[in-house]
Amino acid sequence: MPLQAIAFYLLAFVTIAAGLLVVSARNPVHSVLFLITAFFSAAGLFVLLGAEFLAMLLVVVYVGAVAVLFLFVVMMLDVDFAELRQGFVQYLPFGGAIALVIATEMVMVVAAVATNGAASRNALPNASPGGVPNTEAIGRVLYTDYVFFFQLAGLVLLVAMIGAIVLTLRHKPGVKRQDIGKQVARTPKTGMELVQIKPGEGISE
Amino acid sequence: MGSTSPLLWFGLTTGGILLVVIWVLLSLAFLLLADRKIWAGVQMRKGPNVVGPFGLLQSFADFFKFVLKEIVIPAGADKIIFILAPLISLVLGFVGWAVVPFAPGWVVSNLNVGILYLLAMSSLGVYGIIMGGWASNSKYPFLGALRSAAQMVSYEVSIGLIIITVILLAGSMNLSTIVEKQSGWFWNWNVFGGGLKNIVLVPIMVVSMGMFYISALAETNRPPFDLPEAESELVAGYQVEYSSTPYLLFMVAEYSNIVLMCAMISVLFFGGWNPGFPTDFLKGWGWWGNLFLALVFYAKICFWFFMIAMAKAIVPRYRYDQLMRLGWKVFLPTSLVLVAAVAAWRVFGPGA
Repeated sequence: MPLQAIAFYLLAFVTIAAGLLVVSARNPVHSVLFLITAFFSAAGLFVLLGAEFLAMLLVVVYVGAVAVLFLFVVMMLDVDFAELRQGFVQYLPFGGAIALVIATEMVMVVAAVATNGAASRNALPNASPGGVPNTEAIGRVLYTDYVFFFQLAGLVLLVAMIGAIVLTLRHKPGVKRQDIGKQVARTPKTGMELVQIKPGEGISE
Repeated sequence: MGSTSPLLWFGLTTGGILLVVIWVLLSLAFLLLADRKIWAGVQMRKGPNVVGPFGLLQSFADFFKFVLKEIVIPAGADKIIFILAPLISLVLGFVGWAVVPFAPGWVVSNLNVGILYLLAMSSLGVYGIIMGGWASNSKYPFLGALRSAAQMVSYEVSIGLIIITVILLAGSMNLSTIVEKQSGWFWNWNVFGGGLKNIVLVPIMVVSMGMFYISALAETNRPPFDLPEAESELVAGYQVEYSSTPYLLFMVAEYSNIVLMCAMISVLFFGGWNPGFPTDFLKGWGWWGNLFLALVFYAKICFWFFMIAMAKAIVPRYRYDQLMRLGWKVFLPTSLVLVAAVAAWRVFGPGA
């Protein structure tokens, strides 16, 4: 299919170019926007593989929620990049070493696939195993074979959520809060009091 | 569409897309006028009535007014993103229509995960707003953008959960399948539990539908949740620095999103193209039968658009903390309970 090939090369190119621009853009907001572009074209690659459920999840979760919060934080930060770049050279050997390791690994993976190694057996992913749509296929695997790991992951997320709430929730004393039930339950009887004041005496509470 | 040659497929899809976009744009022109007429009616005014008969051509006059004005870009703005933001808004406002089924077989892309696609595209709509607000390099737009980001992310959560109740009832994420499951009499609509055997679910689904409607208002930044552009607090929020065509694009995108939400309510809860009674008599009609069903669907969209317009006309604006309270403390727990209840009914109920 020539259309699919065109789509693949276009999406792959955009993904890689956007990924490069994430690290090379000068403005952090531009970086996040390029990150979103990379996520989005990666979702397109998933669609080309036939994994439309994963593609939509990538868009809903990462682009629709996580990246919005990234953008939110980065826009509010007042980052001085001249200052940040001062220690740049000092980390160069360390960063270079990591880059070298990852590059070697990638070459090895490509070599393994090219020479029909173990990895090439999975080279053709099956988007709908057993003829069911992949949403259903993922659900079946997730809720049967891996149900304990799935529950465990849920528990870890719950703990993380409670932790975040405990760390940040502070009850300040003396702050007036709105209590809608109280407001609605207020009647003229509870809200006001008629007082007969004698002239010249005033009223003391 | 079957397995045809790539070129034919390309042509058919492009034609379908053009048809849908032109239909949506033309509808928007008149729905915008209807919107203004409805507010006018509520406030006992006449509304636009000068351009064309009954003011019918008002939207087109407005269109030319916007296009012919000068585009002003603030000196301190991030120019590329400033221009990109309304374009992204417009594109995201329209791509959602790709999976909306107008009649049996009348859909641009019959995606297996149509609902998720719609959810994804409506959640992306926030980028146009947040980029526009930031790129303007000005205080009010930025505040509007931040509000909008928080608001849309909050209400997406409850929309997502409410959609799950519908997915549980229909057993599919394909929008055409969801509509087909609601065919026949109106009690098969999801708002009535999707069939007489699920009659117990009526209160649950009616509450879901109501929450979806309110969340849709919040998701599209419509009053009473129009805090991103609250004119009494932020002048016009993220749109302050926009003029001429970019502003027009923002507005068209906003209305397209609103109408898309109306279409979503109709598809998910009110049977999409199903008129509420068996449609066997349409068998011999062929193409005209489909047109009839598409008009039924269109009537439902118009009804929900009317409801959203009425909400703007009669409901005062929410305060920001009340908006967040409603989203996180009321809608999120309620929709979680609803999902659990519908799931329990599907597993343990008699229809399981």
